[in-house]
Amino acid sequence: MLKELLYPFDPNYILENKRKIKKTLLEDSNGFVEKKVAILGGYTTSAIKQIMELFLLNNGIKASFYESEYNKFYEDAMFDNEELKAFDPDIIYVCTSNRNIVRYPSLKDDAEVLLSSEFEKYKGIWESLKNRYHCPIIQNNFELPYYRLMGNKEVSDVHGKVNFITRLNLLMDEYAQNNENFYICDINYISADYGLREWSDPFYFHMYKYALNVNAVPYLSFNVANIIKSIFGKNKKGFVLDLDNTLWGGVVGDDGVEGIKVGPEESEGQVYSEFQRYLKEHKQLGVILNIDSKNDLENAIAGLKHPDSELSEEDFVEIKANWDPKDKNFAEIANELNLLPESLVFVDDNPAERHIVSEQIKGVCAPELSSVEHYIEVLDRNGFFEITTLSNDDLKRNEMYKQNAERAKAEASFSNYKDYLLSLDMKGIIKPFEPMYIERISQLSNKSNQFNLTTHRYTVSDIEKISSDQDYITLYGKLIDRFGDNGLVSVVIGHIKEDVCEIDLWIMSCRVLKRDLEFAMMDELVKKCKERNIRKIIGHYYPTAKNNMVKDFYSLQGFTKTSEDEKGNTEWLFEIDDNYQLKNEVIEVER
Amino acid sequence: MTREEVMKTLNEIFCNVFDDDSIVLTDETNANDIEDWDSLEQINLIVAIENEFGMMFDMAEVSDLANVGEMADLIMSKSENE
Repeated sequence: MLKELLYPFDPNYILENKRKIKKTLLEDSNGFVEKKVAILGGYTTSAIKQIMELFLLNNGIKASFYESEYNKFYEDAMFDNEELKAFDPDIIYVCTSNRNIVRYPSLKDDAEVLLSSEFEKYKGIWESLKNRYHCPIIQNNFELPYYRLMGNKEVSDVHGKVNFITRLNLLMDEYAQNNENFYICDINYISADYGLREWSDPFYFHMYKYALNVNAVPYLSFNVANIIKSIFGKNKKGFVLDLDNTLWGGVVGDDGVEGIKVGPEESEGQVYSEFQRYLKEHKQLGVILNIDSKNDLENAIAGLKHPDSELSEEDFVEIKANWDPKDKNFAEIANELNLLPESLVFVDDNPAERHIVSEQIKGVCAPELSSVEHYIEVLDRNGFFEITTLSNDDLKRNEMYKQNAERAKAEASFSNYKDYLLSLDMKGIIKPFEPMYIERISQLSNKSNQFNLTTHRYTVSDIEKISSDQDYITLYGKLIDRFGDNGLVSVVIGHIKEDVCEIDLWIMSCRVLKRDLEFAMMDELVKKCKERNIRKIIGHYYPTAKNNMVKDFYSLQGFTKTSEDEKGNTEWLFEIDDNYQLKNEVIEVER
Repeated sequence: MTREEVMKTLNEIFCNVFDDDSIVLTDETNANDIEDWDSLEQINLIVAIENEFGMMFDMAEVSDLANVGEMADLIMSKSENE
């Protein structure tokens, strides 16, 4: 990832050099997913689009754009629009501001009526977009007004613009709570963070028809890009943290446990405590915490046992405290977690260490940290873990990774791998898609890079469509064992074309590698095919920078290769005969 | 700041904004001379110039600039007044 596009970025540099930055991003990447973004604007959106494009590229998303004519967001949403229909957006961003509010209440008006009519207008837009385009929608809420006619009374009087906008925003939030695939871009917060007076400088509206300061555009684009990359499964998954002068002040090896600064006794210790609490809060989002520290292990653990430490040894999944280079430890942590290195954020106060890790391991983010009181600001505003949906699996992720560590220990005590698998008492649930899992299935399709044969991505609406289409065989797989519930970890989508079942998608979460779940899925797929009198299954493998691990997957499943092109794309055929032997012998399957 | 220095800085800004190092500005250069210079890029240019020279233009000042020379004159007159 380009350092210039991580927070704290220089908005002026980005605005001035956007063409050069785009060129650089396009040059040094290892592959993009392509997405179509429609921007329906209530004001000029050109720069918002140009800068958003950069931030999306930095997250591995190559976007093409539709931009509505100036201030035509309402018309574009409500009426037939051949161009937008042909564009077929993957996501729609409604970019409006309080300049688009049609009518504020005067002191004589019934504020409730105006509030509801303003809200209904937006609701109409969202419903119309949803019915026409079946894709996620991002909607700006409203920034607070630039002036306050009644002064502070504006906030409490129902005729006040501040009150009106605040309530309008709450109605939008409520809609977001009750509607999937609908997301608020909180410009009310972003503008406050930037400074409302600067953000809403009227010069930019009257001169250029931008409803915000052009210099603030990168902050808006950054936030929208973060929501989009989160929807398409590009969030980071965890932190890899340094210890000395990162989690506490001082060097535990030199200063001793009693000498490090953490806890309520003095101000420096308080700041580190606050930072530790901030990190610990991430656990509830399923963000994994790990340690990569140059220390003797005993000293590292002793530091975490400091009576005032908010974080303890149990909060971390992997702890590497030794004298190896940090990039080596970092790579090992990613490897042991079965995660791509770029999905982990490196947090270290030392610029030299940040440099080594981000230079040695491609794609790793190592945000610039200055002084400890600004650690939270930098990590938080980068939006690494921007939440768009929270699945139960997210909430339990830390626990699941810990269970995996226990499994690894259990594995060591068996000489025969099958005996080990049997000892896990695995139970699989393999069934056609069900409404309650639609979101998780879409999320998994967007997040799986390694165990993914075709790397097709599916939105929630795509999955909804497929699950009710008779021409598809759909299967999800959950896996439970004696150490815990791994959740929904595998998905297969087969497309029936006459007497052939073509596998559009076969993915599995890397946390259940080598547990034979893929064989249980195959058994189930074969069963479903037989029920429909289908005797041929065709599979494809499309190589990407990340999915080499499943290059020979179909061969392992007993398929025969039927073709291969110069790019390494392969096609495989499986013919089902009457004596199909079940491949899975270790998982008890519930159908 | 001399007028030559202003022109030199403007030239650098134009090269960055259009990512084209071959741009050579003269007083007469205007939007017809640079392919990507449309009304939307004009906004980006003005913002970049404001940031580079650390000054803000008001609406009246930027509304009727005809070419780069007039822009340079405007920057000169504003920096003299400061």
